[in-house]
Amino acid sequence: MTNSWTDIKNTDLVVIMGGNAAEAHPCGFKWVTEAKATRGAKLVVVDPRFTRSAAVADYYAPIRQGSDIAFLLGVINYCMLNDKVQWEYVKAFTNAAYLVKDGFTYQEGLFTGYDEQKRDYNRSTWDYQIGADGYAMVDDTLQNPRCVWNLLKEHVALYTPDMVSRITGTPKDKFLKVCEMIAETSSPTKTMTSMYALGWTQHSKGSQNIRCMAMLQLILGNIGVRGGGMNALRGHSNIQGLTDIGLMSNLIPGYMSLPTEREPDFATYMSTRGFKPLRPNQMSYWQNYKKFFVSFQKAMWGAAATPENNFAYDYLPKLDVPAYDILRAFELMNQGKMNAYVCQGFNPLQAFPNKAKLASALSKLKLLVIMDPLETETARFWENHGIYNDVDPTKIQTEVIQLPTTCFAEDEGGLVNSGRWMQWHWPAGSPPGEAKTDVWIMSQIHLRLKDLYRKEGGANPDPILNLTWNYKDTHEPTAAELAKEMNGYVLTDVADPNDPTKKLLEAGKQVATFGVLRDDGSTACGNWIYSGSYTEAGNMMARRDNSDPDDTGAFLKWSFAWPANRRIIYNRASADINGKPWDETRKLLWWDGAKWTGYDVPDIAPTAKPQDVGPFIMNPEGVSRLFARGMMRDGPFPVHYEPFESPVANVIAPKIRGNPVARVFKDDFTQFAEVASKEFPYAATSYRLTEHFHYWTKNNQVNAVLQPEFFVEISEQLAKEKGISNAGWAKVSSKRGSVLAKVYVTKRIRPLTVDGKTVHIVGIPIHWGFVGAARKGFTANVLTPFVGDANIETPEFKAFCVNIEPTTGPVA
Amino acid sequence: MNMELSRRQFLRTAGAGIAGTSLGALGFGGVEEAVASAIRPFKLVNTTEVRNTCTYCSVACGILIFSKGDLKKGEKATITHIEGDVDHPTNRGTLCPKGAALLDIVHSKQRLNYPMMRKAGSDTFERVSWDAALDKIARVLKDDRDKNLVTKNNDGVTVNRWTTTGFLAASATTNETAWCTYKVVRSAGMVVFDNQARV
Amino acid sequence: MFPPAPNPPITPVPERFGDKDLIRRSASTITPASPRQTEVAKLIDVSKCIGCKACQAACLEWNNLHEEVGTFNGSYTNPPDLTANSLTLMRFTEWVNPQTDNLEWLIRKDGCMHCEDPGCLKACPAPGAIVQYSNGIVDFIHDACIGCGYCVKGCPFNIPRISKVDNKAYKCTLCSDRVAVGQWPACAKACPTQAIAFGTKDEMKKWADGRITDLKSRGYQNAGLYDPPGVGGTHVMYVLQHADQPEIYAGLPKNPTISPIVELWKGATKYFGFAVIGFAAVAGVFHHMVAGPNKVSAEDEENAEKLAGGERS
Repeated sequence: MTNSWTDIKNTDLVVIMGGNAAEAHPCGFKWVTEAKATRGAKLVVVDPRFTRSAAVADYYAPIRQGSDIAFLLGVINYCMLNDKVQWEYVKAFTNAAYLVKDGFTYQEGLFTGYDEQKRDYNRSTWDYQIGADGYAMVDDTLQNPRCVWNLLKEHVALYTPDMVSRITGTPKDKFLKVCEMIAETSSPTKTMTSMYALGWTQHSKGSQNIRCMAMLQLILGNIGVRGGGMNALRGHSNIQGLTDIGLMSNLIPGYMSLPTEREPDFATYMSTRGFKPLRPNQMSYWQNYKKFFVSFQKAMWGAAATPENNFAYDYLPKLDVPAYDILRAFELMNQGKMNAYVCQGFNPLQAFPNKAKLASALSKLKLLVIMDPLETETARFWENHGIYNDVDPTKIQTEVIQLPTTCFAEDEGGLVNSGRWMQWHWPAGSPPGEAKTDVWIMSQIHLRLKDLYRKEGGANPDPILNLTWNYKDTHEPTAAELAKEMNGYVLTDVADPNDPTKKLLEAGKQVATFGVLRDDGSTACGNWIYSGSYTEAGNMMARRDNSDPDDTGAFLKWSFAWPANRRIIYNRASADINGKPWDETRKLLWWDGAKWTGYDVPDIAPTAKPQDVGPFIMNPEGVSRLFARGMMRDGPFPVHYEPFESPVANVIAPKIRGNPVARVFKDDFTQFAEVASKEFPYAATSYRLTEHFHYWTKNNQVNAVLQPEFFVEISEQLAKEKGISNAGWAKVSSKRGSVLAKVYVTKRIRPLTVDGKTVHIVGIPIHWGFVGAARKGFTANVLTPFVGDANIETPEFKAFCVNIEPTTGPVA
Repeated sequence: MNMELSRRQFLRTAGAGIAGTSLGALGFGGVEEAVASAIRPFKLVNTTEVRNTCTYCSVACGILIFSKGDLKKGEKATITHIEGDVDHPTNRGTLCPKGAALLDIVHSKQRLNYPMMRKAGSDTFERVSWDAALDKIARVLKDDRDKNLVTKNNDGVTVNRWTTTGFLAASATTNETAWCTYKVVRSAGMVVFDNQARV
Repeated sequence: MFPPAPNPPITPVPERFGDKDLIRRSASTITPASPRQTEVAKLIDVSKCIGCKACQAACLEWNNLHEEVGTFNGSYTNPPDLTANSLTLMRFTEWVNPQTDNLEWLIRKDGCMHCEDPGCLKACPAPGAIVQYSNGIVDFIHDACIGCGYCVKGCPFNIPRISKVDNKAYKCTLCSDRVAVGQWPACAKACPTQAIAFGTKDEMKKWADGRITDLKSRGYQNAGLYDPPGVGGTHVMYVLQHADQPEIYAGLPKNPTISPIVELWKGATKYFGFAVIGFAAVAGVFHHMVAGPNKVSAEDEENAEKLAGGERS
């Protein structure tokens, strides 16, 4: 989230598209109902299904899953054609005026530089024209045909209301009504918030779905303001924290990246991470990358990270592929290229696509280790559960070790919410049986490995032997000790250059902010963006002062929000180029003639003059990007691509199948239904229900009562066509497998007309499995395709094709 | 159908109902005299209250956990109730159907109590000691790493990359658990490393 | 947002009401407590309800109730009906508004309405099994309940359910234990969107006015408060988008009244005493004790139809 849950109360228009906030985040949705009740805000829901969010919406428009980009580019087109643009904002705070290289073009679904064999682009032309002064060239009049604004205008012209309706199935009048409601927020005194979640991410073009709405929000001037923003609702309680701390194959905490093997030494690594400003006066905050990186290396390896060994640069693994994400992991496993796998509080057999492939992959491991508070299907993938898990244990040679862990109620520490608030919690109960904390278990593994390397030697032991492990109890570091490491601390005194008798930094002290981190090895910091969370003043995450001056919803003294306790990021954009708030009634920050002041921690230096420094400080431009340069693998502008499995061909580029640069493994391509398949004619989507949380709450009696049994949802029309009755049984099949399910025949799903053809939708909730308190049932992921987003590899769970036929129930 | 069910219930118990009336009339009183208070004693009295955060979604609602026994005093604590924290700015005491049933997941029948091991080809888990489980894990990891760590690639570049063992991290654990996990996994050179944020 | 109650106490606090505050007691003549406490009410704003069932979960947890895991029955309404353990239930109705042709998903939290003039209490033959406090809460006292099911018959909303385990009647207590220490009922506290609020009846009516004004501004011309006069008003009220058609909300009665049969029967017991009907029923008592609970016959069904038909509009 750019903003926070409590800030949503400040909005005028809530657009829920690519998510279902009322159903998946009820207590956050409270702030939507507050905005409606206190400000007269309106709620628009765009979704293939009439959801619980739609049940309390002012306006609902149906859309075919997987066609959101066409819809949103259509809205952008509408706004551009009807002069519904926050012009001052667009000119001052976006790259609308920047000139793009002459070689860059777009034609029939593809940009310049496409290589069909590699399924990738050469992105060299996707960039600005650079002037003699070394800065990007701009045309503030927006007259130059090569400026971003004109290229965008040309790019979206195709997405007329008729074309949008043809692709998305949204009736034209409904599309136009949504356009009108959204366009109103182009006024500087009106704002809109976008609330989205997996409905946008779980597509082969998920990143571009989100980017497309972000572009629209910039055109409307709704980023950085109260009640505005791009608000990813996010899933698990610490999914934000796990991402912040970089528990991914290619990340270093604080959104730094692991070296690749094309960066054999530290100098090469840093050469692409200099982030020189692209316009005069800009902060380009990533210029500080080296300080954060060196401080991270010092936190990891302390005295072993020296200037002489480039701060232990070679201790880090170097990647040969962009990422070893989950899909690649299971692909490798299935090829027999992996031997051991550890699942910590995660149930991949349920959570990833194509269960048959996953089960086959797990069966090829030598050892599977499960750390979990609960029984999971993954831990028991080898166990026969009839039709729900039809395996022969004697044929599965994988050894499985299942370790019992504590749960939230039994441990201490911080969790990061969607609004980046880091909130501390305390243990309340004794663990059951012999359950242990994850920290204890990870420590045991590390200490044992270290011990073995000490005794036996072995491959490259130094990074393990020299890992910083200065804890009072080496067997179980405390949450406070670990939190302090992440915040960062001073290793050696640093004298004040202006007064050598004074110390700027004192060895042994916690740093107060990432602003003081250094690249000479005198500071250590596990995660620079968390600096300020555990300082000499104490644990800022444990703060519980819920005062909120003038009821802005900021709550600056409640917990700690990264970065630097900032509650709305890009908040400088809440004021115009002279520092005057766009909306006096909703002011956030303003320039008082000498400095920035207001209700939030300013995003830029407090004394940075408003006309000089742009609000988007992480970008070398200082402004936001309507044109993404080469940052996205699939294009600097979003394009409508069909899902890999689609009931219709791509209307705007009939030759292109799916996202042209999404990675597809060879065997998986053969497991996709063909476009407009007769065998699998229906557009399916999988989703969550409010009564359950993923695959956890099926272990709860209460939640099992509230939604006891697996079912799928279809329209009355499709039910009639197929002879399926309400609460009757059906077999739902995809090219990858089939499930038996009860059927809910509902008015909340209606067939759509897409490109002149009737498209039926089959809705598939995901929450059942073969262990738990709820009735045994199939997981939706028996059906889903094994392909991910082109940029971040999130699987395409939201749009695929199935068939459905009436049948009798399972034989007991 | 709902109406029908309730009528059935009513009829099934009609006999007993009349019995009650008759018992009173026949002088088998007592019922009439019983002064039972309808109001239950408030069940949170004399419990320990601890502030925590809901373990499910990222709204991160503030919760109050009530227990018999106090961990801070070194006692064993059994959690008896969980409800929303009114002082929390986001949820203001409210909870969703998952949050309102958090007590159930703490005490779920599916909670794991002991380390277990499933041998190759077996159709069951068997209990093992922590030491046996951890020693085994460390041995397998060490052997696999020693055998398969790629220290240099074909071009002679030091890469120190371990791709034959993978780690899938949780996303409902704390930052501190995550950091501890990161240190252990990354220091070993493991790159097949991902977390729930991917999906 | 209506200000919620502070966090619950963990040290003993004096109860705000109790037996001294009774104004009615089933099958008994009592002097109503005086002065009357301020009446309380729960306001259920259907237009803010997202059907999340947090109220159901909170109710089960707070009241230590164990419900059985059912099956999928072709609806989100789970369990399919109120039970002796499920004292509240979200009822889902997919309704196409004939005026707009738009689908409206009407979701109503069902449960005891805590009538000012409680039909259950009036029908109850067991002395002291049902009581009404001066703040308006109608509560069942299970030690005194004889499981006759007359409360079910007497209820114009078809709420109480007889437990198959202990053969006693159960329904929502409005969390009398929580209200007694100044807390909101568990359902109201949990409700994410504050579709359920709790306060004095006057406060809730005023709060409802604001909501109705907002709904009218959004085109719901017939938005209104459901506080039916036929039962003297209720201490659980609804804000409805279509208050002119309460029956579209899973059969919420338009003009609920206590069945004339109950009124008549109560009159009879009052004037003729228990003996008159007592003797007539003795045979039945012995039959029940020996043969156990009756099986439902076609004849029973027919009788039930007659009884129930009189209660529901």
